[in-house]
Amino acid sequence: MSLNAAKPTFDGQPTAYRRRRRGRIDRLGFFGAFLRNGRSLTGLVIFVVFLLVALLAPLIAPDNPTATIFPMSLPPGGAHLLGTTNTGQDIFSQFLFGARTTMTVGFGAGILATLLGLLIGIAAGYRGGWVDSILTFLMNLFLVLPGLALLIVIESYVKNSTPYMNGLIIGLTGWAWGARVFRAQTMSLAHRDFVAAAKMSGKTSLQIMFTEIAPNMMSIIAANVIYATLGAILAESGLAFLGFENVSSISWGTMLYWASQNGALLTGAWWWFVPPGVGIGLVGLSLVLMNFAIDGITNPRLNARRRRRRRVHQQATRA
Amino acid sequence: MRFLLRRLGFFFLSLWAAITINFILPRLMPGNPAEIMFAKFQGQLSPAAIDAMKKAFGLTDKPIVVQYFEYLRGLLSGHWGLSYANFPTPVIEIIRHSLPWTIGLVGISTVLAVSIGTFAGIYIAWKRQGILDNTLPILTMAVQALPYFWVALLLLFIFGFKLNWFPMNHGYSADLTSGLNWPFIASALYHGFLPGVTILLGSLSGWLVGMRNNMINTLGEDYVVFAEAKGVSTGRLMFTYAARNAILPQLTSFAIAIGNVVSGSILTEQVFSYPGIGNQLTNAVLLEDYPLIQAAFLIIAVSVLVANFIVDMLYSRLDPRVRTGGLAHES
Repeated sequence: MSLNAAKPTFDGQPTAYRRRRRGRIDRLGFFGAFLRNGRSLTGLVIFVVFLLVALLAPLIAPDNPTATIFPMSLPPGGAHLLGTTNTGQDIFSQFLFGARTTMTVGFGAGILATLLGLLIGIAAGYRGGWVDSILTFLMNLFLVLPGLALLIVIESYVKNSTPYMNGLIIGLTGWAWGARVFRAQTMSLAHRDFVAAAKMSGKTSLQIMFTEIAPNMMSIIAANVIYATLGAILAESGLAFLGFENVSSISWGTMLYWASQNGALLTGAWWWFVPPGVGIGLVGLSLVLMNFAIDGITNPRLNARRRRRRRVHQQATRA
Repeated sequence: MRFLLRRLGFFFLSLWAAITINFILPRLMPGNPAEIMFAKFQGQLSPAAIDAMKKAFGLTDKPIVVQYFEYLRGLLSGHWGLSYANFPTPVIEIIRHSLPWTIGLVGISTVLAVSIGTFAGIYIAWKRQGILDNTLPILTMAVQALPYFWVALLLLFIFGFKLNWFPMNHGYSADLTSGLNWPFIASALYHGFLPGVTILLGSLSGWLVGMRNNMINTLGEDYVVFAEAKGVSTGRLMFTYAARNAILPQLTSFAIAIGNVVSGSILTEQVFSYPGIGNQLTNAVLLEDYPLIQAAFLIIAVSVLVANFIVDMLYSRLDPRVRTGGLAHES
């Protein structure tokens, strides 16, 4: 598959070449391996494109996204790249500005959730004892409570929430998975020699948690930011689609809300509800691809085992 | 026994937490939104009903602790209040009519997703680096990155509107009476097909990728290599030796999976106007029907907790190490 085209295969290459490539990966470290993986590079490219769209939306958007001055329900083409809504708004401009809202909220909530998870996870894993018991209960509780239902109930009391408010709520409720991963990692790091050395040198627990332990799980933190951002984007667009976001804000979710409210499905106006979904899907795909690659890099066992097994299998079939 | 007690303890603690969230949230918000509702219903309701509602939403002058215990007592004795939007239907009545739809929809599509995902995961792990192994995980993960409700909209548009193969909304034909007769069940299955496919597509990836990775780990174990060298048949090696052990960690991811599926079901039900509990919750929020919101959230939470509890018990049956505490270090 084309996604794998750029993926290096070391088997069968000259030794010198292999060593040179290996050396470069080692020098660039984690980020180098990330860039040399075809999947993650594809993901990164898609992501950067949407990031630029989000940043430059006011410059590249042809029209005001809220102006209702154009002919109604135009199909794509001509002056309106993606057509118009049934109130005469330019869908392409809405799409560009929607990217801005969705990306900001998704990333903001993803980072907030990761920071909270880091704080809670490290504290639970490092302190142990009753602190750990209480925090672990909280993690498990937030993991089993159905997220969207909880968000909807909160929305019912927060009237006319803005996208940013929604992002805040999503971030504050979505930290549990990360916390669990960070807790497990902290527990395995807490008894290493370098932590013991830091303790001897008189560092406080707080210093150890954030200058010794946290930097040693950078790749998990990166993976968690990606995972949490994906979750936040899906949650935010879901809430907006259900109408639990200020409906005059421009985001991909509210676009879908209006499309479905105004019967885009029943009038066959596919150009109204397809672009926002494709946008969410592409951003989501880029995050998934990057996450998939980080998984493979941080867990090399998967790759090594795979090669070994394949040889065994080939021998078996030959025999 | 200790394991059972611990799981029961967690079950009741989280149940208590869900109930308490319901109690605290309306009291936490500035300007209790329920007050607006009372203004709307003044004169329409009997003073006793108004009084009951005030109790439920903290508009009494009693200390908060007393309010809390009155609230708990009301819940336990089945006084869940009356729906504002469908006055005076008790919310319990509404829940009773919508819950079976959601459990059926989520239940059937989850069972299908688990079986298809697990079998496909076993197969692609066996045929490692084959075409399927290089495409299926990425493909299903891409589908999972799409919002549930958008997949639902797309399916609805293509198969409901354009091709007209499936009905576009509701759980069954309006001219049938609900009951255990064949025309009704057939109609329910027919109406539930697209929502079910939506949920199936959205939840397949986790099972597939999880099973694949577990299989790869077990296939590398020495006992599998030894069995292969000994000449154990392929099918036996695949299922009895490797898959049987690889399937266990799948159960632990169930807790997260079921939460996602329930969230997805809320969105899917809204798109298809499916008569389930998620649809009731969404509409209740839009109509500001607070008793129904609280009841729907509680029931959704309880269903998820019960499902998790059952899976926990199942897991401890299948893996005795859990009960004896040998796996305590595994988070």
